[in-house]
Amino acid sequence: MSEKKIMLGNEAIARGAYEAGVKVSSAYPGTPSTEISENIVKYDEIYAEWAPNEKVATEVAIGASYAGVRSIVSMKMVGVNVASDPLYTAAYTGVNGGMVLVAADDPGLYSSQNEQDSRMVARAAMIPVVEPSDSNEAKEFTKYAFELSEKYDTPVMLRTTTRLAHSQGMVELCDRVEVSDKEYVRNPAKYVMMPGMAKKRHLFVEDRLNRMSEDGENFPINKVEYNDNSIGFITSGIPYQYVKEVFPNASVLKLGVVNPLPEKMIRDFASKVDRLIVFEELEPVMEEQIKAWGIKCEGKEIFTRQGEYSANMLRRVLKGLNVTETPAEVPARPPILCPGCPHRSTFTAIKALGLHAAGDIGCYTLGAIAPLSVIDTTVCMGASISTLHGMEKAKGKDYIKNWVAVIGDSTFLHTGVNSLMNMVYNQSTGTVIILDNSTTGMTGHQDHAATGKTLKGETVPAICLDELCKAMGVKNVFVVDAFNQDELKTVIKREVNREEVSVIIAQAPCALLKGQKFPNKCKPNSEKCKKCGACLRPGCPALTKNADGTVSIDATMCNGCGLCRQMCKFDAIDLVEG
Amino acid sequence: METKNIMIVGVGGQGTLLTSRILGGITNAAGYDVKLSEVHGMAQRGGSVVTFVRYGDHVAEPIVEEGQADVLIAFERLEALRYAHFLKKDGVIIVNDWRIDPITVVTGSAEYPENILENLEKDHRVYSVNAMEEALKLGNSKVFNIIVLGLAAKHMDFKREEWLEIIEKTVPPKTVEINKAAFLKGFEN
Repeated sequence: MSEKKIMLGNEAIARGAYEAGVKVSSAYPGTPSTEISENIVKYDEIYAEWAPNEKVATEVAIGASYAGVRSIVSMKMVGVNVASDPLYTAAYTGVNGGMVLVAADDPGLYSSQNEQDSRMVARAAMIPVVEPSDSNEAKEFTKYAFELSEKYDTPVMLRTTTRLAHSQGMVELCDRVEVSDKEYVRNPAKYVMMPGMAKKRHLFVEDRLNRMSEDGENFPINKVEYNDNSIGFITSGIPYQYVKEVFPNASVLKLGVVNPLPEKMIRDFASKVDRLIVFEELEPVMEEQIKAWGIKCEGKEIFTRQGEYSANMLRRVLKGLNVTETPAEVPARPPILCPGCPHRSTFTAIKALGLHAAGDIGCYTLGAIAPLSVIDTTVCMGASISTLHGMEKAKGKDYIKNWVAVIGDSTFLHTGVNSLMNMVYNQSTGTVIILDNSTTGMTGHQDHAATGKTLKGETVPAICLDELCKAMGVKNVFVVDAFNQDELKTVIKREVNREEVSVIIAQAPCALLKGQKFPNKCKPNSEKCKKCGACLRPGCPALTKNADGTVSIDATMCNGCGLCRQMCKFDAIDLVEG
Repeated sequence: METKNIMIVGVGGQGTLLTSRILGGITNAAGYDVKLSEVHGMAQRGGSVVTFVRYGDHVAEPIVEEGQADVLIAFERLEALRYAHFLKKDGVIIVNDWRIDPITVVTGSAEYPENILENLEKDHRVYSVNAMEEALKLGNSKVFNIIVLGLAAKHMDFKREEWLEIIEKTVPPKTVEINKAAFLKGFEN
């Protein structure tokens, strides 16, 4: 088969896993990694699932590997932090069937809370890192990562960035190669990591990295392109494409394996070029090692650690070209909650009560910005509940009566549930609002343990969030309609004043979830309108203020959620059949 | 062939991804090397979004940079203005004559610029269509983006039949006819 197809980077990684004979895939959704699992699931030969978090997903992949099959686990870079506990030790045990962990970095912070570089984690965990630079390489390097994994007895990190994950390019398809299951043999010295065994494995890990560094010049994905030797680049991933765009005739050492670095190959290359540039996004991971070997090169002295790189950056810095065009001065257009989003309604009630909210990770983080401006803090998955608990322990019960924690249903199951356990155990009195929209919204509507559907589309028993909270010992659990302002305000006001842990589950499906019908639209009645602007306060994008102070509602955007009607004291917005 | 650079800009949720998929499909079918770069995630929730499409004999970089775009397809006026500096001197702007207020305008912290199209016309070739109105005439406001694509297609190197074929392959089966009609509305008017 030599069919060519245009594929998203993530789709190509999924294809690579398929062709490599992978049998098990686990993941938690996270931009820019989500589409890997969404494409893997299309291959019947691979068992694929959503796990509640990245730690669990990684352990599933480790188990599958120990049992003797090839496994893949994918996550965004902050997910690597969650997964790092099993990852650091799986580095010691090594694998049986090959195991690849895809870490999707987000230089430029398109959809993340920090700009960390996963290569640093891989160095600390002492595992190899493979980095492709286009869709076809994404597929091919995924396959190669499994070969490395089995040859060197190690989990391998496949590192991508947003630009690779979400770019499409030509991919040459190959057939799947069925890899026969490896026999499982009990071997506690390798698979039971307690001090006596782990000490010996640490020696193995160090030796493994040294061997890989020595073998690096023979890895087919580490390539030297000798050309004009007045300038030479050491680069990898998407930055390689920028080098090729601007310096098609320069000499390039393109690394496919970016950890460990092939020392001899780099020394040879450095000796053959007059000026050596290390061109890598984010942290100077390669540069610092190369400099530590006493090799003269330039990197972060001339290129930033911030954001994404570009070809224009090379033109500016190395060619001195003025390629900057002046943009027009225009109003910013930050992302916002959709029309008909239940989070907007819940935040409107919290705002009306004058409360602060400890926030979490999801679409609802947008509750931090105007006009809602309800969320005060956002750190990481699950942190809303635990930071609220910390605030109470710092300042006391009364202080926390002005606060709530807000967390999505998927995020609650990810790591929020542990934080709630801590509140119960350590006698908090805080109020947690679970914004239950029946999906993992931000990443594009993935199922989770409380939706009753699996990644494969099977119907399964759904975990009931209110029963789960009650079972943990929360006595005050209330399920409310996320679009009912009066009920929301009454319940939230009562619960923040109660000196016990409370969980309020504000329920209504995400407005973008498929299969919903919205038969009604909101329609302003300009005769009754007093031009007070109350309906505009929640910031629904379907509403605009007319020059005369009345309001228009865009019927193509409105889904009739009725929040604006509840804001209006003059009954000046009707609900009509759309 | 020199690499051709196209940008599709708009507001998250307006269907830039479907349009880019059609562009990817047609350039691929014509045998070009092609790279597309998209924005997923948070910006898709009503934020400013941009998709890059580059095709030619060999494409390295997946993004279009300032001063390099041949065609700028904008699904909203303000977004056309926001990205106009990405155009080459002789680049073309195809714009949906439609306004969506960003939240900064709704809350009164910024003003929506007046006379965007007139100002863009001072430095660029601008072709506009009120695609929303035209799409409603066809019976579904959602196909407005394909009307805009049809207008943009006049400035690209592919034939009518090639476009119709790729649209048929790309859009959901139930919507093939209306999408074809939408395309021709832009392409033939």
